[in-house]
Amino acid sequence: METIQTLAEKYTHIRGWGIDADPKNDPTYPIKNRTDAEQRGYSWQRPTQQPIDTEVLRSIERPNVSAVFGTSVPPSGLSGQIRRFAFRFSESEYGHWLPLLLADRVNVVEGIIDDVRQGIVPNIFAEKGMLADWKYNRKNLLQQVLIGAVVTTTILTIMSRTKSPRRA
Amino acid sequence: MLAMNYRGPRRVRIDSKPYPEIKHPEDAIVRVTRSCICGSDLHLYNGNVPDTRVGSTFGHEFIGIVEEVGPEVHKLKIGDQVLVPFNIACGKCSFCQQGLYGNCHESNTEATAVGGIFGYSHTAGGFDGGQAEFVRVPYANFGPTVIPSGMDPDDAVLLTDVVPTGYQAAEMGGIQPGDTVVVFGAGPVGIMAARCSWLFGAGRVIVIDQVDYRLEFVRNYAPCEAYNFKEMDDPVVFIKKMTDWLGADVCIDAVGAEAAGSALQTITGRKLLIQAGSATALHWAINSVKKGGIVSVVGVYGPTDNLVPIGNVVNKGLTIRANQASVKRLLPRLIDHVQNGILAPKALITHRVPLEDVADAYNIFANKLDNCIKPVLIPPSARS
Repeated sequence: METIQTLAEKYTHIRGWGIDADPKNDPTYPIKNRTDAEQRGYSWQRPTQQPIDTEVLRSIERPNVSAVFGTSVPPSGLSGQIRRFAFRFSESEYGHWLPLLLADRVNVVEGIIDDVRQGIVPNIFAEKGMLADWKYNRKNLLQQVLIGAVVTTTILTIMSRTKSPRRA
Repeated sequence: MLAMNYRGPRRVRIDSKPYPEIKHPEDAIVRVTRSCICGSDLHLYNGNVPDTRVGSTFGHEFIGIVEEVGPEVHKLKIGDQVLVPFNIACGKCSFCQQGLYGNCHESNTEATAVGGIFGYSHTAGGFDGGQAEFVRVPYANFGPTVIPSGMDPDDAVLLTDVVPTGYQAAEMGGIQPGDTVVVFGAGPVGIMAARCSWLFGAGRVIVIDQVDYRLEFVRNYAPCEAYNFKEMDDPVVFIKKMTDWLGADVCIDAVGAEAAGSALQTITGRKLLIQAGSATALHWAINSVKKGGIVSVVGVYGPTDNLVPIGNVVNKGLTIRANQASVKRLLPRLIDHVQNGILAPKALITHRVPLEDVADAYNIFANKLDNCIKPVLIPPSARS
Protein backbone atom coordinates (compact mmCIF):
# COMPACT_ATOMS: atom_id res chain seq x y z
CA MET A 1 0.00 0.00 0.00
CA GLU A 2 1.36 3.40 -0.96
CA THR A 3 1.74 5.92 1.86
CA ILE A 4 1.76 9.69 1.62
CA GLN A 5 5.56 9.50 1.91
CA THR A 6 6.03 7.06 -0.96
CA LEU A 7 3.59 8.99 -3.08
CA ALA A 8 5.45 12.22 -2.32
CA GLU A 9 8.64 10.64 -3.63
CA LYS A 10 6.80 9.56 -6.77
CA TYR A 11 5.55 13.09 -7.45
CA THR A 12 8.60 15.16 -6.56
CA HIS A 13 8.46 16.59 -10.09
CA ILE A 14 5.14 18.31 -9.26
CA ARG A 15 5.83 21.33 -7.15
CA GLY A 16 3.60 21.49 -4.08
CA TRP A 17 2.18 17.99 -4.52
CA GLY A 18 0.35 16.93 -1.34
CA ILE A 19 1.32 20.05 0.57
CA ASP A 20 -2.22 20.48 1.97
CA ALA A 21 -3.22 16.83 2.12
CA ASP A 22 -5.24 16.13 5.26
CA PRO A 23 -6.20 12.52 5.94
CA LYS A 24 -8.90 13.71 8.35
CA ASN A 25 -10.67 15.57 5.54
CA ASP A 26 -12.85 12.66 4.47
CA PRO A 27 -16.59 13.20 4.36
CA THR A 28 -17.15 9.46 4.03
CA TYR A 29 -15.77 8.79 7.53
CA PRO A 30 -16.78 6.63 9.43
CA ILE A 31 -18.74 4.86 6.71
CA LYS A 32 -15.77 4.01 4.58
CA ASN A 33 -12.44 2.56 5.66
CA ARG A 34 -10.26 4.08 2.98
CA THR A 35 -7.90 1.66 1.27
CA ASP A 36 -6.08 1.66 -2.04
CA ALA A 37 -7.78 -1.49 -3.26
CA GLU A 38 -10.61 0.36 -5.00
CA GLN A 39 -8.17 1.84 -7.48
CA ARG A 40 -6.96 -1.47 -8.83
CA GLY A 41 -10.01 -2.89 -10.59
CA TYR A 42 -10.90 -6.50 -9.90
CA SER A 43 -7.83 -7.09 -7.77
CA TRP A 44 -9.53 -8.90 -4.92
CA GLN A 45 -9.61 -12.65 -4.59
CA ARG A 46 -13.01 -13.34 -6.05
CA PRO A 47 -15.35 -15.76 -4.25
CA THR A 48 -16.15 -19.08 -5.94
CA GLN A 49 -18.37 -18.51 -8.97
CA GLN A 50 -21.96 -19.77 -8.64
CA PRO A 51 -22.60 -22.11 -11.60
CA ILE A 52 -24.33 -20.14 -14.35
CA ASP A 53 -27.03 -22.69 -15.12
CA THR A 54 -29.84 -20.24 -15.77
CA GLU A 55 -30.18 -17.09 -17.85
CA VAL A 56 -28.78 -14.08 -15.97
CA LEU A 57 -29.10 -10.65 -17.54
CA ARG A 58 -25.84 -8.74 -17.03
CA SER A 59 -25.40 -5.00 -16.74
CA ILE A 60 -23.06 -3.85 -19.51
CA GLU A 61 -21.34 -1.73 -16.89
CA ARG A 62 -19.55 -4.80 -15.57
CA PRO A 63 -17.37 -7.36 -17.35
CA ASN A 64 -18.61 -10.48 -15.63
CA VAL A 65 -21.35 -12.24 -13.71
CA SER A 66 -21.14 -11.58 -9.98
CA ALA A 67 -19.93 -14.52 -7.90
CA VAL A 68 -23.44 -15.09 -6.59
CA PHE A 69 -26.68 -14.09 -8.25
CA GLY A 70 -30.38 -14.58 -7.74
CA THR A 71 -32.42 -17.07 -9.69
CA SER A 72 -35.83 -15.86 -8.58
CA VAL A 73 -37.59 -15.49 -11.95
CA PRO A 74 -35.48 -15.98 -15.10
CA PRO A 75 -36.63 -13.91 -18.10
CA SER A 76 -39.28 -15.56 -20.24
CA GLY A 77 -42.02 -14.77 -22.76
CA LEU A 78 -42.57 -11.35 -24.28
CA SER A 79 -41.51 -9.59 -21.08
CA GLY A 80 -38.27 -11.57 -21.20
CA GLN A 81 -37.62 -10.39 -24.75
CA ILE A 82 -38.15 -6.78 -23.66
CA ARG A 83 -35.83 -7.26 -20.68
CA ARG A 84 -33.10 -8.72 -22.92
CA PHE A 85 -33.44 -5.65 -25.14
CA ALA A 86 -33.17 -3.35 -22.11
CA PHE A 87 -29.87 -4.94 -21.08
CA ARG A 88 -28.25 -3.72 -24.31
CA PHE A 89 -28.13 -0.30 -22.67
CA SER A 90 -26.21 0.92 -19.66
CA GLU A 91 -27.80 1.84 -16.35
CA SER A 92 -27.27 5.45 -17.39
CA GLU A 93 -29.73 5.19 -20.29
CA TYR A 94 -33.51 5.51 -20.34
CA GLY A 95 -33.26 2.77 -22.96
CA HIS A 96 -32.46 0.46 -20.07
CA TRP A 97 -35.03 1.45 -17.43
CA LEU A 98 -38.11 2.35 -19.47
CA PRO A 99 -38.24 -1.00 -21.30
CA LEU A 100 -37.81 -2.73 -17.93
CA LEU A 101 -40.85 -0.88 -16.56
CA LEU A 102 -42.77 -1.81 -19.73
CA ALA A 103 -41.69 -5.43 -19.32
CA ASP A 104 -42.98 -5.40 -15.74
CA ARG A 105 -46.44 -4.35 -16.97
CA VAL A 106 -46.44 -6.95 -19.76
CA ASN A 107 -45.37 -9.51 -17.16
CA VAL A 108 -48.51 -8.78 -15.11
CA VAL A 109 -50.69 -9.81 -18.06
CA GLU A 110 -48.48 -12.89 -18.61
CA GLY A 111 -48.98 -13.74 -14.94
CA ILE A 112 -52.76 -13.68 -15.30
CA ILE A 113 -52.57 -15.83 -18.44
CA ASP A 114 -50.30 -18.30 -16.64
CA ASP A 115 -52.72 -18.46 -13.73
CA VAL A 116 -55.65 -19.20 -16.02
CA ARG A 117 -53.63 -21.85 -17.87
CA GLN A 118 -53.00 -23.56 -14.54
CA GLY A 119 -56.68 -23.40 -13.70
CA ILE A 120 -56.25 -20.61 -11.15
CA VAL A 121 -58.67 -17.71 -11.28
CA PRO A 122 -56.81 -14.81 -9.62
CA ASN A 123 -58.76 -13.63 -6.59
CA ILE A 124 -58.09 -9.94 -7.07
CA PHE A 125 -59.96 -8.98 -3.89
CA ALA A 126 -57.84 -11.30 -1.75
CA GLU A 127 -54.62 -10.32 -3.56
CA LYS A 128 -55.32 -6.68 -2.84
CA GLY A 129 -55.84 -7.50 0.84
CA MET A 130 -59.38 -6.14 0.80
CA LEU A 131 -60.31 -8.18 3.86
CA ALA A 132 -58.20 -5.67 5.78
CA ASP A 133 -60.18 -2.84 4.16
CA TRP A 134 -63.41 -4.51 5.28
CA LYS A 135 -62.04 -4.77 8.81
CA TYR A 136 -60.31 -1.41 9.25
CA ASN A 137 -61.40 0.85 6.39
CA ARG A 138 -65.00 -0.23 5.73
CA LYS A 139 -66.42 3.24 5.03
CA ASN A 140 -63.79 3.94 2.38
CA LEU A 141 -64.22 0.48 0.85
CA LEU A 142 -67.99 0.88 0.59
CA GLN A 143 -67.50 4.33 -0.89
CA GLN A 144 -65.17 2.90 -3.55
CA VAL A 145 -67.58 0.06 -4.34
CA LEU A 146 -70.45 2.53 -4.61
CA ILE A 147 -68.51 4.86 -6.92
CA GLY A 148 -67.42 1.85 -9.02
CA ALA A 149 -71.02 0.63 -9.27
CA VAL A 150 -72.32 4.06 -10.29
CA VAL A 151 -69.60 4.52 -12.92
CA THR A 152 -70.12 0.99 -14.32
CA THR A 153 -73.90 1.39 -14.43
CA THR A 154 -73.58 4.75 -16.17
CA ILE A 155 -71.21 3.37 -18.80
CA LEU A 156 -73.40 0.30 -19.40
CA THR A 157 -76.50 2.48 -19.70
CA ILE A 158 -74.85 4.79 -22.23
CA MET A 159 -73.53 1.83 -24.22
CA SER A 160 -76.91 0.09 -24.30
CA ARG A 161 -78.60 3.29 -25.48
CA THR A 162 -76.16 3.79 -28.32
CA LYS A 163 -76.52 0.15 -29.41
CA SER A 164 -80.36 -0.08 -29.28
CA PRO A 165 -82.16 0.68 -32.62
CA ARG A 166 -83.84 4.05 -32.89
CA ARG A 167 -87.60 4.04 -32.81
CA ALA A 168 -89.47 5.84 -35.52
CA MET B 1 -43.17 -24.22 1.11
CA LEU B 2 -45.35 -21.16 1.61
CA ALA B 3 -44.05 -17.92 0.13
CA MET B 4 -45.33 -14.49 -0.74
CA ASN B 5 -45.90 -14.23 -4.49
CA TYR B 6 -45.94 -10.84 -6.28
CA ARG B 7 -48.58 -10.76 -9.04
CA GLY B 8 -48.49 -7.10 -10.08
CA PRO B 9 -48.86 -3.62 -8.59
CA ARG B 10 -50.75 -3.88 -5.28
CA ARG B 11 -51.46 -7.59 -5.83
CA VAL B 12 -49.71 -10.23 -3.75
CA ARG B 13 -50.71 -13.61 -2.45
CA ILE B 14 -49.41 -16.59 -0.55
CA ASP B 15 -48.49 -19.56 -2.71
CA SER B 16 -46.71 -22.85 -2.54
CA LYS B 17 -43.23 -22.52 -4.06
CA PRO B 18 -40.32 -24.99 -4.33
CA TYR B 19 -37.99 -25.33 -1.35
CA PRO B 20 -34.86 -23.22 -2.08
CA GLU B 21 -31.68 -24.94 -3.22
CA ILE B 22 -28.04 -24.49 -2.26
CA LYS B 23 -26.70 -22.81 -5.41
CA HIS B 24 -23.24 -21.86 -4.19
CA PRO B 25 -20.87 -23.58 -1.74
CA GLU B 26 -21.17 -20.66 0.70
CA ASP B 27 -24.99 -20.71 0.71
CA ALA B 28 -27.19 -21.57 3.65
CA ILE B 29 -30.90 -22.30 3.76
CA VAL B 30 -32.64 -20.52 6.62
CA ARG B 31 -36.04 -21.42 8.05
CA VAL B 32 -37.67 -18.05 8.60
CA THR B 33 -39.14 -17.31 12.02
CA ARG B 34 -39.90 -13.58 11.61
CA SER B 35 -40.05 -11.42 8.49
CA CYS B 36 -41.00 -7.75 8.32
CA ILE B 37 -42.59 -5.69 5.60
CA CYS B 38 -40.36 -2.67 5.05
CA GLY B 39 -41.43 0.76 3.83
CA SER B 40 -39.17 0.20 0.84
CA ASP B 41 -41.11 -3.00 0.02
CA LEU B 42 -43.97 -0.64 -0.79
CA HIS B 43 -41.98 0.72 -3.76
CA LEU B 44 -41.95 -2.84 -5.13
CA TYR B 45 -45.58 -3.45 -4.10
CA ASN B 46 -46.66 -0.32 -5.98
CA GLY B 47 -44.75 -1.43 -9.10
CA ASN B 48 -42.27 1.45 -9.00
CA VAL B 49 -39.00 -0.52 -9.10
CA PRO B 50 -37.95 -1.59 -12.61
CA ASP B 51 -37.44 -5.34 -13.19
CA THR B 52 -39.78 -6.50 -10.46
CA ARG B 53 -40.91 -9.76 -11.98
CA VAL B 54 -44.22 -11.50 -11.38
CA GLY B 55 -43.58 -14.55 -9.21
CA SER B 56 -40.94 -12.89 -7.04
CA THR B 57 -40.94 -13.20 -3.26
CA PHE B 58 -40.18 -10.00 -1.34
CA GLY B 59 -38.70 -9.60 2.12
CA HIS B 60 -35.28 -8.31 3.14
CA GLU B 61 -35.81 -8.09 6.90
CA PHE B 62 -35.86 -11.56 8.42
CA ILE B 63 -34.42 -13.86 11.04
CA GLY B 64 -34.51 -17.62 11.23
CA ILE B 65 -32.85 -20.92 11.98
CA VAL B 66 -30.11 -22.42 9.81
CA GLU B 67 -31.61 -25.49 8.18
CA GLU B 68 -28.91 -26.47 5.69
CA VAL B 69 -25.40 -25.26 4.78
CA GLY B 70 -23.22 -25.48 1.68
CA PRO B 71 -19.85 -27.34 1.73
CA GLU B 72 -17.79 -24.16 2.24
CA VAL B 73 -19.82 -22.74 5.14
CA HIS B 74 -17.67 -22.93 8.27
CA LYS B 75 -18.96 -20.12 10.45
CA LEU B 76 -22.53 -21.30 10.86
CA LYS B 77 -24.00 -24.64 11.78
CA ILE B 78 -27.41 -26.18 11.40
CA GLY B 79 -29.69 -25.00 14.18
CA ASP B 80 -28.04 -21.60 14.68
CA GLN B 81 -30.53 -18.79 15.13
CA VAL B 82 -29.43 -15.98 12.87
CA LEU B 83 -30.36 -12.45 11.90
CA VAL B 84 -29.64 -11.79 8.27
CA PRO B 85 -28.55 -8.31 7.11
CA PHE B 86 -30.68 -7.11 4.21
CA ASN B 87 -27.63 -6.51 2.04
CA ILE B 88 -25.90 -9.51 0.50
CA ALA B 89 -22.17 -8.95 0.91
CA CYS B 90 -19.19 -11.11 0.01
CA GLY B 91 -16.78 -9.49 2.49
CA LYS B 92 -13.97 -9.76 -0.09
CA CYS B 93 -14.45 -7.21 -2.86
CA SER B 94 -12.82 -3.81 -2.58
CA PHE B 95 -16.06 -2.19 -1.45
CA CYS B 96 -16.67 -4.74 1.29
CA GLN B 97 -13.04 -4.33 2.36
CA GLN B 98 -13.80 -0.67 2.93
CA GLY B 99 -16.82 -1.52 5.08
CA LEU B 100 -19.27 -0.62 2.32
CA TYR B 101 -21.28 -3.79 2.77
CA GLY B 102 -24.32 -2.22 1.13
CA ASN B 103 -22.27 -1.77 -2.04
CA CYS B 104 -20.86 -5.27 -2.58
CA HIS B 105 -19.70 -5.89 -6.16
CA GLU B 106 -20.04 -9.67 -6.06
CA SER B 107 -23.75 -10.06 -5.35
CA ASN B 108 -25.59 -8.36 -8.19
CA THR B 109 -25.03 -8.95 -11.89
CA GLU B 110 -27.98 -6.91 -13.07
CA ALA B 111 -27.04 -3.45 -11.80
CA THR B 112 -23.77 -1.96 -10.63
CA ALA B 113 -25.26 0.91 -8.62
CA VAL B 114 -26.64 -1.36 -5.93
CA GLY B 115 -25.42 -4.54 -4.28
CA GLY B 116 -27.58 -7.61 -3.88
CA ILE B 117 -30.59 -7.28 -1.60
CA PHE B 118 -32.91 -10.10 -0.57
CA GLY B 119 -36.31 -9.98 -2.26
CA TYR B 120 -35.82 -6.62 -3.88
CA SER B 121 -36.37 -7.14 -7.62
CA HIS B 122 -33.89 -8.27 -10.26
CA THR B 123 -32.43 -4.77 -10.21
CA ALA B 124 -31.08 -5.74 -6.79
CA GLY B 125 -29.86 -9.16 -7.89
CA GLY B 126 -32.97 -11.29 -8.37
CA PHE B 127 -32.82 -13.03 -5.00
CA ASP B 128 -35.99 -14.36 -3.41
CA GLY B 129 -36.72 -12.80 -0.05
CA GLY B 130 -37.68 -13.85 3.43
CA GLN B 131 -41.45 -13.44 3.32
CA ALA B 132 -41.53 -17.21 3.05
CA GLU B 133 -40.99 -20.31 5.15
CA PHE B 134 -37.44 -20.84 3.83
CA VAL B 135 -34.90 -18.68 2.05
CA ARG B 136 -31.54 -19.12 0.36
CA VAL B 137 -28.86 -17.01 2.08
CA PRO B 138 -25.64 -16.48 0.04
CA TYR B 139 -22.26 -15.73 1.65
CA ALA B 140 -23.34 -17.45 4.85
CA ASN B 141 -19.81 -17.19 6.27
CA PHE B 142 -20.05 -13.44 6.18
CA GLY B 143 -23.56 -11.97 6.38
CA PRO B 144 -25.74 -13.87 8.85
CA THR B 145 -25.03 -13.13 12.50
CA VAL B 146 -25.90 -15.49 15.33
CA ILE B 147 -28.54 -13.88 17.54
CA PRO B 148 -27.12 -13.34 21.03
CA SER B 149 -28.75 -15.59 23.57
CA GLY B 150 -31.61 -13.91 25.38
CA MET B 151 -32.29 -11.37 22.66
CA ASP B 152 -35.98 -11.01 21.86
CA PRO B 153 -36.63 -12.15 18.25
CA ASP B 154 -38.70 -9.01 17.65
CA ASP B 155 -35.64 -6.90 18.52
CA ALA B 156 -33.41 -9.14 16.39
CA VAL B 157 -35.53 -8.85 13.25
CA LEU B 158 -35.40 -5.07 13.41
CA LEU B 159 -31.60 -5.21 13.57
CA THR B 160 -31.57 -6.53 9.99
CA ASP B 161 -32.55 -3.13 8.52
CA VAL B 162 -34.66 -0.60 10.46
CA VAL B 163 -32.25 0.01 13.32
CA PRO B 164 -29.03 0.14 11.23
CA THR B 165 -30.68 2.31 8.57
CA GLY B 166 -32.01 4.78 11.14
CA TYR B 167 -28.69 4.78 12.96
CA GLN B 168 -26.68 5.31 9.77
CA ALA B 169 -29.02 8.14 8.76
CA ALA B 170 -28.02 9.95 11.94
CA GLU B 171 -24.36 8.91 11.58
CA MET B 172 -24.20 10.28 8.02
CA GLY B 173 -25.63 13.55 9.34
CA GLY B 174 -22.29 14.18 11.00
CA ILE B 175 -24.26 15.50 13.98
CA GLN B 176 -22.22 17.70 16.30
CA PRO B 177 -23.19 18.21 19.95
CA GLY B 178 -26.09 20.63 20.16
CA ASP B 179 -27.08 20.42 16.49
CA THR B 180 -30.67 20.75 15.37
CA VAL B 181 -31.72 17.72 13.34
CA VAL B 182 -34.88 17.57 11.22
CA VAL B 183 -36.08 14.13 10.17
CA PHE B 184 -38.56 13.94 7.31
CA GLY B 185 -40.74 10.87 7.76
CA ALA B 186 -42.15 9.19 10.86
CA GLY B 187 -42.13 5.68 9.48
CA PRO B 188 -40.04 3.02 11.27
CA VAL B 189 -36.74 4.30 9.81
CA GLY B 190 -37.56 7.95 10.53
CA ILE B 191 -38.55 7.07 14.09
CA MET B 192 -35.26 5.22 14.58
CA ALA B 193 -33.26 8.05 12.93
CA ALA B 194 -34.83 10.53 15.37
CA ARG B 195 -34.05 8.25 18.32
CA CYS B 196 -30.45 7.72 17.16
CA SER B 197 -29.84 11.42 16.51
CA TRP B 198 -29.73 11.86 20.29
CA LEU B 199 -27.00 9.19 20.51
CA PHE B 200 -24.77 11.44 18.38
CA GLY B 201 -25.37 14.46 20.61
CA ALA B 202 -28.17 16.34 18.87
CA GLY B 203 -29.49 19.31 20.81
CA ARG B 204 -32.90 19.31 19.19
CA VAL B 205 -34.73 16.73 17.08
CA ILE B 206 -37.77 17.62 14.97
CA VAL B 207 -39.81 15.11 12.93
CA ILE B 208 -42.10 16.08 10.06
CA ASP B 209 -44.81 13.76 8.69
CA GLN B 210 -48.50 13.84 7.81
CA VAL B 211 -49.79 10.87 9.83
CA ASP B 212 -50.93 11.93 13.28
CA TYR B 213 -50.69 8.58 15.05
CA ARG B 214 -47.09 8.16 13.88
CA LEU B 215 -46.22 11.69 14.97
CA GLU B 216 -47.70 10.91 18.37
CA PHE B 217 -45.64 7.71 18.56
CA VAL B 218 -42.32 9.34 17.65
CA ARG B 219 -43.01 12.27 19.98
CA ASN B 220 -43.04 9.79 22.87
CA TYR B 221 -40.56 7.22 21.59
CA ALA B 222 -37.63 9.31 20.38
CA PRO B 223 -38.57 11.63 22.26
CA CYS B 224 -38.73 14.73 20.08
CA GLU B 225 -40.83 17.50 18.60
CA ALA B 226 -43.14 16.26 15.86
CA TYR B 227 -45.30 18.25 13.45
CA ASN B 228 -47.84 17.52 10.75
CA PHE B 229 -46.94 19.21 7.45
CA LYS B 230 -50.60 19.24 6.41
CA GLU B 231 -51.10 21.88 9.09
CA MET B 232 -48.38 24.12 7.63
CA ASP B 233 -48.53 26.50 4.69
CA ASP B 234 -44.96 25.65 3.77
CA PRO B 235 -42.82 23.13 5.71
CA VAL B 236 -39.58 24.86 4.69
CA VAL B 237 -40.70 28.24 6.05
CA PHE B 238 -42.00 26.46 9.18
CA ILE B 239 -38.56 24.93 9.81
CA LYS B 240 -36.78 28.21 9.10
CA LYS B 241 -38.99 29.93 11.69
CA MET B 242 -38.29 27.10 14.16
CA THR B 243 -34.53 27.51 13.71
CA ASP B 244 -34.06 31.27 14.07
CA TRP B 245 -34.53 31.68 10.31
CA LEU B 246 -31.26 29.96 9.35
CA GLY B 247 -32.36 26.35 8.91
CA ALA B 248 -31.46 23.07 10.58
CA ASP B 249 -27.87 21.88 10.92
CA VAL B 250 -28.79 18.45 9.60
CA CYS B 251 -31.78 17.22 7.59
CA ILE B 252 -32.55 13.54 7.11
CA ASP B 253 -34.71 12.15 4.28
CA ALA B 254 -36.24 9.02 5.75
CA VAL B 255 -39.11 8.82 3.28
CA GLY B 256 -37.92 8.19 -0.27
CA ALA B 257 -40.07 7.53 -3.29
CA GLU B 258 -43.51 7.36 -1.65
CA ALA B 259 -43.45 10.91 -0.29
CA ALA B 260 -46.63 12.97 -0.15
CA GLY B 261 -46.92 16.74 0.16
CA SER B 262 -46.41 18.02 -3.39
CA ALA B 263 -48.96 17.44 -6.14
CA LEU B 264 -46.33 17.85 -8.87
CA GLN B 265 -43.97 15.34 -7.26
CA THR B 266 -46.79 12.89 -6.52
CA ILE B 267 -48.20 12.97 -10.06
CA THR B 268 -44.86 12.75 -11.85
CA GLY B 269 -43.15 10.42 -9.38
CA ARG B 270 -45.85 8.09 -8.09
CA LYS B 271 -48.61 8.13 -10.67
CA LEU B 272 -46.96 8.70 -14.07
CA LEU B 273 -43.55 7.24 -13.06
CA ILE B 274 -41.74 9.82 -15.18
CA GLN B 275 -39.36 10.34 -12.29
CA ALA B 276 -38.00 7.69 -9.92
CA GLY B 277 -40.53 8.33 -7.17
CA SER B 278 -41.73 11.48 -5.48
CA ALA B 279 -38.75 13.45 -4.15
CA THR B 280 -40.75 15.79 -1.91
CA ALA B 281 -38.90 14.90 1.29
CA LEU B 282 -35.48 15.33 -0.30
CA HIS B 283 -36.60 18.62 -1.84
CA TRP B 284 -37.70 19.89 1.58
CA ALA B 285 -34.52 18.59 3.24
CA ILE B 286 -32.28 20.49 0.82
CA ASN B 287 -34.27 23.68 1.25
CA SER B 288 -34.66 23.40 5.04
CA VAL B 289 -31.04 22.79 5.98
CA LYS B 290 -28.69 25.59 6.96
CA LYS B 291 -26.05 26.87 4.52
CA GLY B 292 -23.04 24.59 4.80
CA GLY B 293 -25.27 21.95 6.40
CA ILE B 294 -25.56 18.23 5.79
CA VAL B 295 -28.41 16.31 4.15
CA SER B 296 -28.47 12.61 4.93
CA VAL B 297 -30.51 10.42 2.59
CA VAL B 298 -31.67 6.92 3.46
CA GLY B 299 -35.04 7.15 1.74
CA VAL B 300 -35.06 4.79 -1.23
CA TYR B 301 -35.58 6.03 -4.79
CA GLY B 302 -35.71 4.27 -8.11
CA PRO B 303 -32.72 4.13 -10.43
CA THR B 304 -33.69 6.83 -12.95
CA ASP B 305 -33.96 10.57 -12.21
CA ASN B 306 -35.63 12.85 -9.68
CA LEU B 307 -36.59 16.50 -9.55
CA VAL B 308 -34.48 18.00 -6.78
CA PRO B 309 -33.16 21.56 -6.39
CA ILE B 310 -29.51 20.76 -7.09
CA GLY B 311 -28.79 24.46 -7.69
CA ASN B 312 -29.61 25.14 -4.04
CA VAL B 313 -27.22 22.37 -3.00
CA VAL B 314 -24.43 24.26 -4.78
CA ASN B 315 -25.45 27.73 -3.68
CA LYS B 316 -25.88 26.70 -0.04
CA GLY B 317 -22.66 24.69 0.01
CA LEU B 318 -24.36 21.54 1.23
CA THR B 319 -22.93 18.11 1.78
CA ILE B 320 -25.20 15.26 0.76
CA ARG B 321 -24.42 11.87 2.27
CA ALA B 322 -26.37 8.81 1.29
CA ASN B 323 -26.16 5.05 1.20
CA GLN B 324 -27.90 1.81 1.89
CA ALA B 325 -27.07 0.97 5.51
CA SER B 326 -23.94 -1.09 5.98
CA VAL B 327 -25.67 -3.47 8.38
CA LYS B 328 -22.75 -5.78 9.07
CA ARG B 329 -20.47 -2.86 9.99
CA LEU B 330 -22.97 -1.44 12.46
CA LEU B 331 -24.26 -4.64 14.05
CA PRO B 332 -21.74 -5.02 16.91
CA ARG B 333 -22.46 -1.50 18.18
CA LEU B 334 -26.22 -1.80 17.71
CA ILE B 335 -26.45 -5.22 19.36
CA ASP B 336 -24.72 -3.63 22.37
CA HIS B 337 -27.20 -0.77 22.34
CA VAL B 338 -30.15 -3.17 22.30
CA GLN B 339 -28.69 -5.42 24.97
CA ASN B 340 -27.92 -2.43 27.18
CA GLY B 341 -31.43 -1.08 26.79
CA ILE B 342 -30.34 2.08 24.98
CA LEU B 343 -32.41 1.15 21.93
CA ALA B 344 -35.73 -0.70 22.21
CA PRO B 345 -36.68 -1.50 18.61
CA LYS B 346 -39.48 -3.99 19.18
CA ALA B 347 -41.74 -1.18 20.41
CA LEU B 348 -42.15 -0.26 16.73
CA ILE B 349 -43.92 -3.52 15.93
CA THR B 350 -47.66 -2.95 15.94
CA HIS B 351 -48.90 -5.93 13.91
CA ARG B 352 -47.95 -9.61 14.08
CA VAL B 353 -49.61 -11.28 11.11
CA PRO B 354 -49.60 -14.92 9.95
CA LEU B 355 -47.54 -15.28 6.76
CA GLU B 356 -50.66 -16.65 5.07
CA ASP B 357 -52.33 -13.22 5.45
CA VAL B 358 -49.52 -11.39 3.63
CA ALA B 359 -51.89 -9.57 1.24
CA ASP B 360 -53.85 -8.07 4.13
CA ALA B 361 -50.60 -7.12 5.89
CA TYR B 362 -49.38 -5.23 2.80
CA ASN B 363 -52.68 -3.39 2.50
CA ILE B 364 -52.68 -2.47 6.20
CA PHE B 365 -49.10 -1.16 6.02
CA ALA B 366 -49.42 0.59 2.65
CA ASN B 367 -52.60 2.40 3.60
CA LYS B 368 -51.62 2.97 7.24
CA LEU B 369 -54.73 1.18 8.51
CA ASP B 370 -55.30 0.29 12.15
CA ASN B 371 -52.52 2.69 13.29
CA CYS B 372 -49.90 0.41 11.75
CA ILE B 373 -46.24 1.29 12.19
CA LYS B 374 -44.43 -2.00 11.56
CA PRO B 375 -45.96 -5.34 10.56
CA VAL B 376 -44.18 -8.65 11.11
CA LEU B 377 -45.09 -11.82 9.27
CA ILE B 378 -44.83 -15.07 11.19
CA PRO B 379 -44.69 -18.39 9.29
CA PRO B 380 -46.73 -21.35 10.56
CA SER B 381 -43.72 -23.23 11.98
CA ALA B 382 -42.78 -20.26 14.17
CA ARG B 383 -46.25 -19.94 15.62
CA SER B 384 -46.46 -23.34 17.27
